[in-house]
Amino acid sequence: MGFLKVSSPHAHGPMSTARVMRLVLLATIPGLFSLTWFFGFGSLVNVLWASITALSFEALALKWRKRPIGFYLNDYSALVTAFLLGIALPPGSPFWLIMIGTGFAILICKQLYGGMGYNPFNPAMAAYVMLLISFPVQMTTWLAPQGSFAGDLLGPIDALRYCFGFGRDSIDAITMATPLDVLKQNNSLLIEDLWQESSQFGQFAGIGWEWANIGFLLGGMYLLYRRVFTWHAPISMLTSLTVMSTLFYDGGSSASGGSPLFHLLSGATMLGAFFIVTDPVTSAVSNRGRVIYGALIGILVYVIRVWGNYPDAVAFAVLLMNFAAPFIDHYTQPRTYGHKLKDQQGGKS
Amino acid sequence: MSDISYREISLNGLWKNNPAIVQLLGLCPLLAVTGSVINALGMGLATMLVLTVSNTAVSMIRSFASDAIRLPAFVMIIAAAVTCIELLMQAFAYELFQILGIFLPLITTNCVILGRADAFACKNKVLPAMYDGFIMGVGFAFILMLLGAVREVIGTGAIFANMDLLFGEGAKSWKIVLVDDYTAVLVAILPPGAFIFTGMIIALKNIIDTGIKNREAAKTEKVAPTSRRVRVTGNIS
Repeated sequence: MGFLKVSSPHAHGPMSTARVMRLVLLATIPGLFSLTWFFGFGSLVNVLWASITALSFEALALKWRKRPIGFYLNDYSALVTAFLLGIALPPGSPFWLIMIGTGFAILICKQLYGGMGYNPFNPAMAAYVMLLISFPVQMTTWLAPQGSFAGDLLGPIDALRYCFGFGRDSIDAITMATPLDVLKQNNSLLIEDLWQESSQFGQFAGIGWEWANIGFLLGGMYLLYRRVFTWHAPISMLTSLTVMSTLFYDGGSSASGGSPLFHLLSGATMLGAFFIVTDPVTSAVSNRGRVIYGALIGILVYVIRVWGNYPDAVAFAVLLMNFAAPFIDHYTQPRTYGHKLKDQQGGKS
Repeated sequence: MSDISYREISLNGLWKNNPAIVQLLGLCPLLAVTGSVINALGMGLATMLVLTVSNTAVSMIRSFASDAIRLPAFVMIIAAAVTCIELLMQAFAYELFQILGIFLPLITTNCVILGRADAFACKNKVLPAMYDGFIMGVGFAFILMLLGAVREVIGTGAIFANMDLLFGEGAKSWKIVLVDDYTAVLVAILPPGAFIFTGMIIALKNIIDTGIKNREAAKTEKVAPTSRRVRVTGNIS
């Protein structure tokens, strides 16, 4: 019996996909917690049902493609897609909506392109956009947050009932427009008056929304600390969003796009910045590329939110930049060690 | 080329060289107006007529048009045919004409038609050319209608709506509602749906083709008794 002889370099094993994905799942907890706290158990039911269906679709697709099912299911990537989609969908969504979403994400956006690592678009966001343009009514009915008016919070039993189609009529009674939507519809009130007029708004942004965003920010910080991703893409996205909203925030007139803080803590900003933009498969690869990729997403988010047709824009912005990621990669190839930039093939920068 | 059989022309137009799902020509109307069966049928019929007429005319003038001016000549013929169809539709199916809108005059630029004129009609006699145009048109219209049917069913939960635009008042009752109280899946009617379902139809055709090929390969895959090869990895012919 001898000692195992290993020569240098003594490199650490890289983080496995499964470990990265587990960390990402773990990091959604604070955000999910605040969503549940303010909007009831709808989001949890969404996530649960999305996970079940996503895993089933993944297993089905792998069986069709004659790939090892256990091996690919164990990398948790389908589960991450399911979590992100479940969080992005309105709480209390009907079961078929979620099922169509996960089916589209897993079967069409992921497995048809070759499975994990080959998909050009973020599956969760592509599915979200597909659902949004297909079912605008169901996708824009958000529950009213706790404290905005005297409505009951969605309990676990009610959330399940709504999801699986019993008593859906009564759900209309406890829905209201999201803060981004209210801001979009507004064309006569000053921002300050709007804040007092509508009960959706809280300290900085919408009630509940601000805390959900802070929750995802915390989760993202944790992932950054564990070095699951680098800071480049999320920070540059948040920076460009801040710059855009500062530039076009004229002190709160009726035509204003809302304060920077409002944009940072509204809609899916933080979820997008730390969980979607950082997707290693569909984003740009080099650090410089990531900065450009993130910055352009931030600009697009603001442009679509304020001048576009839809109240929230993270999904659209991410999909548009997914298109552009290979192009960005082409022009931001880093210099390899020992070469000058000109020597490299295709390195044109 | 001139001794090509009608059987072969038919097989080419309908399946092996189908303009819509193999040559992938004329995708613009294919994607744009196949939101329902009636739109697809109107577009398919118009394209089919134009193809037949233009192929016949091109084949007639094939010995007079020199190489240098053949393309302008073809385009003139096609444009004339399209104008006729357009006027016909204005006269007899005005509402459908309005629904199809810009895509009717755009048949002029449909690559299927110029493609067939240049690849087949100007090298063949009148009758085969006419038949080729007709069959290519049928193949195109068939895919258009298939796509229209799939998108209409998924997008609206019903099929054969508004058939009276083309078939008169009696066709109003043709509409079949498959699912009552259906939540419309708008994506199927919107442009992304056209791309997704076109892709699926192409994939389906490839699956069928592979199946046929495998079955034929299985038939012929008998190693000759005198064969001396030790390791047999593929077909021996």
